Amino acid sequence: MTKLPSRPNRPVYLDNQATTRCDPRVVQAMLPFFSEEYGNPHSAEHVMGQRAEAAVEAARAQVAALAGADTREIVFTSGATEANNIAIKGAARFAAGMGDPRRRVITVATEHKCVLEAVADLAAEGFEPVVLPVRPDGLLDPLVLRAALSVPTLLVSIMAVNNETGVIQDIPALAAIAKQSGALFHSDLAQAFGKIPVDLAGWKVDLGSISGHKLYGPKGIGALFVRRRPRVRLAPLFSGGGQERGWRSGTLPTPLIVGLGEACRLAGAEMAPETERVDELRRGLLDRLQGKIPGIRVNGSFAARIVGNLNLTFPDAAASALMATLPDLCVSTGSACSSAAIEPSYVLRALGLSDAEAERTLRIGIGRFTSAADIDYAATALIAAHAACAAAAVEAQTPTTQSKA
Amino acid sequence: MPYLDANATQPLRPAARDAVLAAFAITGNPSSVHGAGRGARRILEDARETIAGCFGGRPGDLVFTSGGTEADALAIHALSAGRRLLASAIEHDAIRFAAGSAETVPVGRDGVVDLEALEARLGDGVASLVCLMLANNETGVIQPVEQAASICRRHGAVLHVDAVQAAGRMSVRLDRLGAHSLAISSHKLGGPAGMGALLLAPDAPFAAPLIGGGGQERGRRGGTQAVALVAGFAAAAEASQADDLAELGTLRDAAERAAVACGALVCGDPARRLPNTTCLALPGAAAGVQVIALDLEGVAVSAGSACSSGKVQASHVLRAMGLGALAGEAIRLSLPWNVTRADIDGFAAAYQRVAARLCPELASRDPGLVSRDPGLASRDPGLASRGTGFAGSVILSQGHDQIAVTPQSARLSG
Repeated sequence: MTKLPSRPNRPVYLDNQATTRCDPRVVQAMLPFFSEEYGNPHSAEHVMGQRAEAAVEAARAQVAALAGADTREIVFTSGATEANNIAIKGAARFAAGMGDPRRRVITVATEHKCVLEAVADLAAEGFEPVVLPVRPDGLLDPLVLRAALSVPTLLVSIMAVNNETGVIQDIPALAAIAKQSGALFHSDLAQAFGKIPVDLAGWKVDLGSISGHKLYGPKGIGALFVRRRPRVRLAPLFSGGGQERGWRSGTLPTPLIVGLGEACRLAGAEMAPETERVDELRRGLLDRLQGKIPGIRVNGSFAARIVGNLNLTFPDAAASALMATLPDLCVSTGSACSSAAIEPSYVLRALGLSDAEAERTLRIGIGRFTSAADIDYAATALIAAHAACAAAAVEAQTPTTQSKA
Repeated sequence: MPYLDANATQPLRPAARDAVLAAFAITGNPSSVHGAGRGARRILEDARETIAGCFGGRPGDLVFTSGGTEADALAIHALSAGRRLLASAIEHDAIRFAAGSAETVPVGRDGVVDLEALEARLGDGVASLVCLMLANNETGVIQPVEQAASICRRHGAVLHVDAVQAAGRMSVRLDRLGAHSLAISSHKLGGPAGMGALLLAPDAPFAAPLIGGGGQERGRRGGTQAVALVAGFAAAAEASQADDLAELGTLRDAAERAAVACGALVCGDPARRLPNTTCLALPGAAAGVQVIALDLEGVAVSAGSACSSGKVQASHVLRAMGLGALAGEAIRLSLPWNVTRADIDGFAAAYQRVAARLCPELASRDPGLVSRDPGLASRDPGLASRGTGFAGSVILSQGHDQIAVTPQSARLSG
């Protein structure tokens, strides 16, 4: 086997779409609120509470700034899954409760599981879920959306960036189409926020879900953008306490919110150089893999894709075998949530991959803390592992072929 | 400055802080199969085991949520299918709103739920989900949950217990309580905010999740688990078991004594109460004015629960106890795990000044009127006994022996 280059990180973490490392600067910003600043931001009557509240509001402004939103449009949640649930169920239930006759809720086959489940849950409440297919490049054809909107539609939910392929949907265009037909438009921004410029004021988006731990912030915090003009109304998922203007009850976790705010500030300040650096790392990795593994294929549009993602189908080795061979390399076969499941990725199936192809597919997520040495290690290791796995597969196949003959 | 608003939130315990920070240094989604993911999962599952152990349940029955409010909402959502809702009159808003259609089970003047009323209500045989908190957030009054559980089980009803304020301040074990579910909040016991759990009994009829998607928590709560917070929650739960609850009770009693000497009345006395909480009514002085006056003196307390503290309405808890005008004149003092004698002295001095300014007629009374009556302390040896840490004994209040001799006490205990 080829001698591996020395590397600073071990294991090498290339799964930045499952989760990211909490940036040390984010941890630093959270620290005071994990120690001396412990007030409850809802304890408005005393100074400890007031200081916590001020920190929460400063962070809210940082989130809003990165989203291109007004501060009052940001509602803190425990994460993107909760935000997606509130947006989809909350918007549909509120409209139905107000006597709105529309029942159609449109989403896309490649959405995150929690969006698909939230939409499916609505079927039991009398709504009509419609799940649209995507093109082989992972993009939704605007004409397909237009056709689905021919029936009066309550809500359209389309993610900005896919969690497995990194493919970027044209949200401004899709949202405009939805708005023309009078539907509300929700976008799961979990994978997009902090990676690509987001301008919720300019885009015709009504609701947008944000996750802290996907942009080098802490886990356990996220946000929902809720447009104020025109005002979007929601039924809360749960109540009690009445925090976040009644949309989301529960004591706000001040340190996490401060962390999310700092993560947003950093993402905004460093997006351009980081994008350039990560793009260069990805190109280096892809060039090396393509040079040594003929037939390796990138799934989904390469042009409309975040720079940190590669979704690769290998010609001759199962993804699970590659991963087993490389315990020091953290990559994945798809979304983390379902990665324990043996089922092939439904996202890749939606792009037209066969189950056999999906089983030979790895998701690689390059991020802020990925070094050139990490990429060097990953390339060398993957090439060697692929060769070894392919050879083992041929060996295993040979006797079978002979006995059949 | 004395921070005496622990029931709003507690300072983070050092052990919890260390655990949180250590986990923040680790990358990994606990659902990922690679090494980093497995590392995160190990932290998650160790914490699950610790917390389930602290609260008398099985690790597989513990569902992590974003906090106590969500845990309460999840319990009602998941356990109420096909059941009528009954809730005590003093539940937290998390329950009151999630169970908006619930019928109310009244409490007595001491703030303890009326078990006869509960039994009578369940007697009609209608399948029910009952919500009864273990200890009230405003008064600290401990509810007879064990008895309620046996009543519920006798009638085939399901019992959900909001243990958000009780956890860490008394022994809380789901298996001993006999209830079907238990809501716990991390930050109320000195862990990080944004984290909580619903602990289910093995026979809890869990129907459907509130937040789906992703399949985490055995399909009972979607979303990537906040590993660092979970680690901090476990560390805090473990650390809370070593708290000297008797000492906490002694300090609380000292604060209470000082306030009573100024004319305050203790709401919920003489019921069994959490050792860290007291609810002090100053007749004639609006609660909001007292809180702001104390804040200016550098003492952080609250008027009722923090969630609603922006609003200027009398506590539903005290109203349910039949305290009338006093419901708008009571402040809540709740001692954090790191409270010091100096904090209590600071409070006592500040309260004296505030009471003298707001209610000069009360403070000018003969101090002899409010002296301790040793006879009362021994009228019920059980009530006067002190807990010994977390060994299963319930910590009881001695507040009654100060207040019972004041002329106003009749308004509270009658």
